[in-house]
Amino acid sequence: MNKTVKNAEEAIKDIQDNMTLMLGGFGLCGIPENCISALVKKGVKGLTCISNNAGVDDFGIGLMLQTRQVKKMISSYVGENAEFERQLLSGELEVELIPQGTLATRCLAAGYGMPAIFTPAGVGTEVAIGKETRKFMVDGAEKEFLMEMAFDADFAIVKAWKGDTHGNLIYRETARNFNPMMAMAGKITIAEVEELVPAGELNPDHIHTPGIYVHRIFQGANYEKRIEQRTVRVR
Amino acid sequence: MLDKVGIAKRIAKEIKDGYYVNLGIGIPTLVANYIPQGMNVVLQSENGLLGMGPFPFEGEEDPDLINAGKQTITTVPGSVFFDSAMSFGMIRARKVDLTILGAMEVADNGDIANWKIPGKMVKGMGGAMDLVASAKNIIVAMQHVNKAGESKLLTKCTLPLTGVKCVKKIVTELAVLDVTPQGFKLLERAPGISVEQIKNATEGKLIIDGDIPEMTIE
Repeated sequence: MNKTVKNAEEAIKDIQDNMTLMLGGFGLCGIPENCISALVKKGVKGLTCISNNAGVDDFGIGLMLQTRQVKKMISSYVGENAEFERQLLSGELEVELIPQGTLATRCLAAGYGMPAIFTPAGVGTEVAIGKETRKFMVDGAEKEFLMEMAFDADFAIVKAWKGDTHGNLIYRETARNFNPMMAMAGKITIAEVEELVPAGELNPDHIHTPGIYVHRIFQGANYEKRIEQRTVRVR
Repeated sequence: MLDKVGIAKRIAKEIKDGYYVNLGIGIPTLVANYIPQGMNVVLQSENGLLGMGPFPFEGEEDPDLINAGKQTITTVPGSVFFDSAMSFGMIRARKVDLTILGAMEVADNGDIANWKIPGKMVKGMGGAMDLVASAKNIIVAMQHVNKAGESKLLTKCTLPLTGVKCVKKIVTELAVLDVTPQGFKLLERAPGISVEQIKNATEGKLIIDGDIPEMTIE
């Protein structure tokens, strides 16, 4: 059951051009920094990236945009990135914007083995165009829901705080965000962690993602953990 | 006329003891500063936190601890972290008592537009569509008119919608209004603002029933 690989390069070695990747994180919080660097170095192109955000110009997925490796982004919010905007307006980059809860739950559905979900998010908006709808009774009233399909991703790449050699994962604070459901949703799931320990060292009660969902794990290095909006109060 | 802080202070009066509240980006974030002392209110941040505390002291910022606006924050006693699916699960299941968010336009049937201006850069809806589709109670903090003086409280939204028939209450620099099946019902005037001024600034159907009191905020 040893899922350990040496580093990010080895973990992503079979990611090919035109694949679909899920990348965990919210903004720059909880993103798989090591794997993103390795993907930039490897230079795979034509990628479809499912990720809540697209990083900033010089960090996170923004690094893969600079090198024109991304063909399509599926995200809920992409506002902090000038290079992204340029590529979108010039038609180099395709973007599918979907509600954040829909994004999370489409990942969850994949990890739970369910082909689709019903959500009220986007009913009556352009998000609903071309989608099947269905009415259900909610609190005694009929309410319309959109059918949204589970994601199908070749690889999910997530970042956790601690992990063990069986691939069990524990996240920290709000760096958890999309990582657990993406970890469950990849055909192959790669986890990079700040601290990798032998199986048995993590308290089974504290594990967020069971290792059965994780195929490869490694201890990352040199985490920058950049802060996007540093806000403080006066002492 | 209210400034942004005034709008935030007035909205804070709508929060009740025991509420779970989701605050959007912008003016709604300011509301947290005016929740009355001693009131038990838990703030939900949709990136995965219940019990959002104030900004950290300088030097105590934690990159793993941010809010939905990507700002560094803190926890409070009783805080809990969870993943994004559960976060929107509790929103969808209507566990959050009150959602406060900004808007570019609201229609008199409760439709809201706040995520996209066609032809301009599109940033995305984030969690707004999920929040408005499921919230038990939605209060919108917004400007009554745009920079050109045109009403943003309309018969029909001109911008792409975020959600339909969902807004319950609006607080602007000019007024507090309820969204009713008959249209916008004027509840309160901002200090120094006349009913006539509000009428002129409201394109959608406006119901004025009797004397409209001036709002009180500290």
